[in-house]
Amino acid sequence: MDFDLSEEQRLLKESLDRLISDRYTFEQRKAYGQSAEGWSRELWAQYADLGLLGLPFAERYGGSGGGPVETMLVMEAFGRALALEPYFATVVLGGGFLRHGAGEGLCAELAPKIAGGSVTLALAQTERHSRWNLADVSTRARRDGTGWLVDGEKGVVLHGDTADRLVVTARIGGGQRDRDGIGVFLIDAKAPGVSRRGYPTQDGLRAAEITLAGVRVEPECVLGEPGAGLPLVQRVVDEGIAALCTEAVGAMAVMHELTVDYLKTRRQFGREIGSFQVLQHRAVDMLVALEQARSMAMFATMMAAEENADIRRNALSAAKVQIGRSGKFVGQQAVQLHGGIGMTMEYKVGHYFKRTTMIDTAFGDADYHLRELARRGGSLVAA
Amino acid sequence: MDLRFTPEELAFREEVQTFFRENLPPSIHTKLLESKKLAKDDIVSWQRILNKKGWAVANWPVEWGGTGWTPVQQYIFQEELQLTPAPQPLGFGVTMVGPVMIAFGSEAQKKRYLPRIANLDDWWCQGFSEPGSGSDLASLRTAAKREGDYFIVNGQKTWTTLAQHADWIFCLVRTDPQAKKQEGISFLLIDMNTPGITVRPIITIEGGHEVNEVFFDDVKVPAENLVGEQNKGWDYAKYLLGRERTGIARVGLSKERLRRIRELASMERDGDRPLIEDERFREKLATVEVELKALEITQLRVVAAERHRTDNKPDPASSILKLKGSEIQQATTELLMEVVGPYALPYQPEREDEERWNEPPIGPEWAGPVAPTYFNWRKTSIYGGTNEIQKNIVAKAILGL
Repeated sequence: MDFDLSEEQRLLKESLDRLISDRYTFEQRKAYGQSAEGWSRELWAQYADLGLLGLPFAERYGGSGGGPVETMLVMEAFGRALALEPYFATVVLGGGFLRHGAGEGLCAELAPKIAGGSVTLALAQTERHSRWNLADVSTRARRDGTGWLVDGEKGVVLHGDTADRLVVTARIGGGQRDRDGIGVFLIDAKAPGVSRRGYPTQDGLRAAEITLAGVRVEPECVLGEPGAGLPLVQRVVDEGIAALCTEAVGAMAVMHELTVDYLKTRRQFGREIGSFQVLQHRAVDMLVALEQARSMAMFATMMAAEENADIRRNALSAAKVQIGRSGKFVGQQAVQLHGGIGMTMEYKVGHYFKRTTMIDTAFGDADYHLRELARRGGSLVAA
Repeated sequence: MDLRFTPEELAFREEVQTFFRENLPPSIHTKLLESKKLAKDDIVSWQRILNKKGWAVANWPVEWGGTGWTPVQQYIFQEELQLTPAPQPLGFGVTMVGPVMIAFGSEAQKKRYLPRIANLDDWWCQGFSEPGSGSDLASLRTAAKREGDYFIVNGQKTWTTLAQHADWIFCLVRTDPQAKKQEGISFLLIDMNTPGITVRPIITIEGGHEVNEVFFDDVKVPAENLVGEQNKGWDYAKYLLGRERTGIARVGLSKERLRRIRELASMERDGDRPLIEDERFREKLATVEVELKALEITQLRVVAAERHRTDNKPDPASSILKLKGSEIQQATTELLMEVVGPYALPYQPEREDEERWNEPPIGPEWAGPVAPTYFNWRKTSIYGGTNEIQKNIVAKAILGL
């Protein structure tokens, strides 16, 4: 058992830290967000140069064969930066579908383009009625010769407005919430029949509502087994949850640092407000919540690659519960302890609060995963 | 980064488990499983079994009988004690006064006391708190006045755990009433059989007798029983309190409790189904399990960081162990209250003493200790520095507030 980073991982972390401090000040971030696409193409190219975009892909596809720990390092740094680029959508989720669901030909074509920065991806999974049930899919795919035709509507597709390709879940058989009958399709976002309505999100990112009307999919663009796609979706989403957990920890850590600094500098009643015990104890409660979340993000990272789906899902659900609860507490208290300044758009802390709030709503909030854990019933802590 | 135990570590766990399985007396095991009180003899005989194996003072330097285990091995050993469950070696000797003697005591003190601590020939208790000095420990007033080759001790200690069994007490005493409060304190070893010492029981809310008041009335203590330097006792006390970084979370104990809660909630019926099938109960159980899993990883982070430690500064994560550990332990006692339901009510203190009692139990066989344990476990957020004091410490030492 050891929590140390390898030499390569330490170097990766250093270069990420350098990148963030050089290129991701609060003001720079604001400028990136105001650009047409809502994120920086220039930085994206720099991520490619640094090898971040090819991180999880095998070397023969232009990647570096990194695992969950490498992804953790990137996501934590991006959480600290509140990075706007579609890394999670493209590399973590999109890359996950490629690695676990695509054939050799598709990987060979697409992975090098992702690694090189010329193609971005997005996961079109959620529908208006589905909430967080991955099996609740009414978008349909029907046979069309050797290929497929896809019809339906997808919502809150993170970075779906600028993505070049969309990973779409669609039903090829069964009822709306059946676990069987789901297929996963890779669709060109500019294909005939795809229409997108892009919009800004609460936390400064971009997303889209997407309509698919008779969109043609070639057979080589089917991911996983048509009709048995749910385990693939679940697996990639579990990896995604682990990544979001570490992003949230990065954001929470910054909120805690900002708050403790503020307590040391803000003066009222003739002294630093950090000298008041009620505020000291609140700051300690925030630290406890943060460190418990950090531990669970590490647990999630370790368990993301677990092959046994039941064990993996319990672990990731548990992590999401902790991250949701810690994120809410740390975020709310960070704003509270800053007082009025914490409420302003021009100050940093509220933006972190909004991001951790939205991370809780992604792929199941704390209550949802607690219910799931309780329903499945297995013990997390059995020795 | 790899959070899995190595094959060597797993083999070590197996070795510990096997030894416990083959050597822990079943009567002691059963008492612990059922949350019943251990007799003094139970604790002594188990510690002697461990000592014969060379495991009684696992955390000490090898020259004084320690094992030389890595921090991870120490952790596994502790966890297996709690999971089995088996009695902990008596902490007052093994994790408190022993390490202080090793660090600051004279050669004569080490030779005289350490082997007897390991074998539990001497039962030690801790004389820190006083009626007027709880959270503000440094304000303590028990006085030790030097007269020739002796200190004459007068005053009162309180909350002295298991003093009723003790042969020796290690005390913080005031040796310089003029100095700043932290600077006039010394660390003194006192034979409980010395004339002038009176032990009076304190009965806690659940009806049990764990803690005591200890009175000192002109107690003559040989000067050679001073540990280290006079008026440096506060430093030694801080060393003692800072050493127990990881044991305090008691993750293994909470795991064992949760296992038992699952087992009992699967037997106990609520209407036409076992309680474990109640959705709300399961969510509460899952909530505690998530917190405990997080704490377990936090604890492992602290354990893993031990080998990089060069100074004596606490790891930020370690501060959480006492706070969260006590809350989670208390939460498990509340869950067990929920499992027992109305049969929490009967007060059956006699059942603690198996030999004297031959009446059948009232309600479920296992119900007797449930409410007393719940009441008793409120102590965990009070002793060893209340959770509020812990937060003061973290705010100052870690956050710099």
